[in-house]
Amino acid sequence: MNRNGQTPLVEMKDVSISFGGIKAVDHVSIDLYPGEVVGLLGHNGAGKSTLIKILSGAYQMDAGEIRINGKKATIENPRDARAHNIETIYQTLALADNLDAASNLFLGRELVKNGLVDDAKMEAETRKIMGRLNPNFKKFNVPVSALSGGQRQSVAIARAVYFNARILIMDEPTAALGPHETQMVAELISELKAQGLGIFLIEHDIHNVMKLCDRASVMKNGELVGTVNVDEVTDDDILGMIILGKKPAHLAA
Amino acid sequence: MTDTAQAPGHSATKRSLIDVLELDIRLLGMLVAFFAIAVIFTIWTGGTFLIPRNIFNITVQTVPVAIMACGMVFVIVSRHIDLSVGSMLAMCSAVMAMMQAYWLPSLLGLEYGNPLILILTILIGLGAGTLMGAATGWLVGYQGIPSFIVTLGGLFIWRNVNWFTTNGQSVSLTDPNLLMFGGTEGVLGAPVSYALGVAASVVAVLVILAARKNKVGHGFTVKPMWAETAMMAVIVAAIMMFVTWLSRYPIPPSKLRRMFEARGETVPEGYTAMHGLPISVLILILVAVVMTVVARKTRFGRYIFAAGGNPDAAELSGINTRLLNVKIFALMGFLCGLAALIAQARLQSHGNDIGMLEELRVIAAAVIGGTALSGGVGTIYGAVLGALIMQSLQSGMAMVGVDTPFQNIIVGLVLIIAVWVDIIYRKRMGITK
Repeated sequence: MNRNGQTPLVEMKDVSISFGGIKAVDHVSIDLYPGEVVGLLGHNGAGKSTLIKILSGAYQMDAGEIRINGKKATIENPRDARAHNIETIYQTLALADNLDAASNLFLGRELVKNGLVDDAKMEAETRKIMGRLNPNFKKFNVPVSALSGGQRQSVAIARAVYFNARILIMDEPTAALGPHETQMVAELISELKAQGLGIFLIEHDIHNVMKLCDRASVMKNGELVGTVNVDEVTDDDILGMIILGKKPAHLAA
Repeated sequence: MTDTAQAPGHSATKRSLIDVLELDIRLLGMLVAFFAIAVIFTIWTGGTFLIPRNIFNITVQTVPVAIMACGMVFVIVSRHIDLSVGSMLAMCSAVMAMMQAYWLPSLLGLEYGNPLILILTILIGLGAGTLMGAATGWLVGYQGIPSFIVTLGGLFIWRNVNWFTTNGQSVSLTDPNLLMFGGTEGVLGAPVSYALGVAASVVAVLVILAARKNKVGHGFTVKPMWAETAMMAVIVAAIMMFVTWLSRYPIPPSKLRRMFEARGETVPEGYTAMHGLPISVLILILVAVVMTVVARKTRFGRYIFAAGGNPDAAELSGINTRLLNVKIFALMGFLCGLAALIAQARLQSHGNDIGMLEELRVIAAAVIGGTALSGGVGTIYGAVLGALIMQSLQSGMAMVGVDTPFQNIIVGLVLIIAVWVDIIYRKRMGITK
C-alpha cells in the first residue's frame, strides 16, 4: 500500500510469534503512515499487546519482517526500538516507583555532565515538558509512587514525547484516567498527529476509536480480521469485526 | 532566585525544622540509636567506652563488615541477596595469604618485604574477588538462577575451596607490608590525620556549596542559607571530632621502641606519638564516598535503583539488566577482596574460619541501615552506620561483661526491632516503599 505516494513509517509484514505452541500473533500485517492514528482493537488475548511489544522490542518475532521508513529494521530489544525513534507508553506505564519524575523520564537516557548524571538539568527539562503536558504537575522531588494515576500517566507520556519520537505506541492510555484527563490525552494525540507522528493506539472504547483514529485494525485469536478506514464504517461494523471476526459485508472484497 | 522561598510564618503550610533542613528521618533515627548506645555504655563502663583507644578499636573492627555492607546495599537494592560474601572473603584471603607467603616468593624469587609482593598480592586478591562475584552475576543475570540459590551454593563452595587452597592450615602474613592494612600497624599519625580532616571538611563544604549553586542556577528553591550553614557546621564538627579522637590514642612506649630499633635508632627522651587515622578506616571512608557517588550520580547507580524499583520498567527502558547484574555482583566480590585484605591484616594471619558468618552481619548492617529487602531503597551511609551500630553494641556488651551468646542474641533482636520500627514508621507516614 502506498497512500498518496508516502512511504509508510512502519510496515509489519506476516509477523508471527508463538509462546509454547500457542500462536499469539499469526501472520499479521499492519502499517502506519506519518500523521496517522491506527487503532488496534480486539478482545483481551487477541494479540494486540503482543504485536505491539514486538515493535517496541520487548518480544522477538519468530517470523515476519519489520520495515521502518521503507528500510528493513532489526528490533531485538527496547534499545533498538528507541534507536528507530519508536516510543511506547505501556499499559502498566513501566515506571520505577522509587524514582522521581525526572529520573523516570530520562531512564536509560540520562543527561550526563563530566561523567556524572546531571539531575538539575534533567529536572529542569522535566519541568519544561510537564509545563506543556500537564501544567498542574508540581511533584518533581518525590518518588512517582506518591503520584496519582493521572500524574503517573503524564510522566509516562512525557517520556514518550520528550525524545522526538516518530512512531508512538500507546497501550490503553486512557484506561486509568478520569474524563478530564482523557480529554487531555485526546488533545495531545491530535497535536502529535498534526506534527506528523504516526501513532498506534490500543483502545477498548469504540467511541474513542471513532473519534481519534484514522484507521482501525481488528485482531481476533492472534489473526488480523482486517483494517478499515474509520470514516467508512459504523460503531456496529467494528463491533461486528471484534465479536464475529469478519469484515462488514459492504467492505469485504 | 532567592534563598527564602518559604511561605510566611502564619501560613498553614509552615514547615517543620526537619523539613527545612531536608533531613532524612531514617538517618536521624539511626544517629539517635547510635548516640543512645554510646551514652548507655559510656555510663555503664564509667567512661571507658568513650576513650580514644576503644573508639579506635571499634572503628577498626567495623571496617571489613562495613566495606562489604556497601556492596550489599547495591545487591539488595536490585532485589538480590548475596549469602556468599563471608566465604568469598575467606577465599580472597586464602589466595592473598598463599600469594605472599609461598607462591610469589617461590615463583618469582622475590624476597619477603619486596614491594612487588604487596602490589601483586593485592591485585590478585581483588581480581579473585571480582571474578567470583562476576561468576555469581552471570549465573543470576544471564542464566536466571535466583541469587539466593547461587550464593547459597557459593557459601559452601568458596568456604571449602578456601580450605583446599591452604590445606586447612592457617597462613601467617610473612610479608610485613601487608600488616599496614590491619589497623594499629598502619596509622597515619596525628599531623597527617588532622591535615586529612581539614581537607575532608573543605571538600565537604565545597561540594555542598556547588550543589546549591547548581540548583539555584536552574531556578529551583533551596533551603535557607542558615540551614545550609548549620548542616555544614555539623558535618565539619563530626569530621574533626573523629580525627581528634583517634589522634589522642598514643602508641605504647614499648611499640615505639621497637619501631625505632627497626630503623637502628633509639627513642628520644620524652618522645610520644599518636595513632591517628588507621589506613583501613581511610579505605572504608573512600569506599563509602565512592559508592555514594556511584549510587546517586552515575548511570550505573541509577539503573541499580531502577531495576530494584521495577525490573520490567528497567528492561523496557533499554537498560541491559543482565549485564547490570554481573556488574553488581562483581563489585560485591571486589569489595569482599578488599575486606579480606583488611581482615587478615588485622588478625595478622589467614585462618580457615576467617569471615565465617560475616554474610549475616553484612546483610544485617545493610538492613539496619534502612535497605529494604523488597528492593529499590537503600543508602551507603546507612549501611556503614548499621555496621557501626552493631559493632558498638557488641564491643560495649563485651566491655561490661555480657557473655558472647547474649551478645549475639541482642544483635539479633536489634536487627528485628530496627526493621519493625521502620515498618511502623512507614505505615504512619503512608509510605508504601
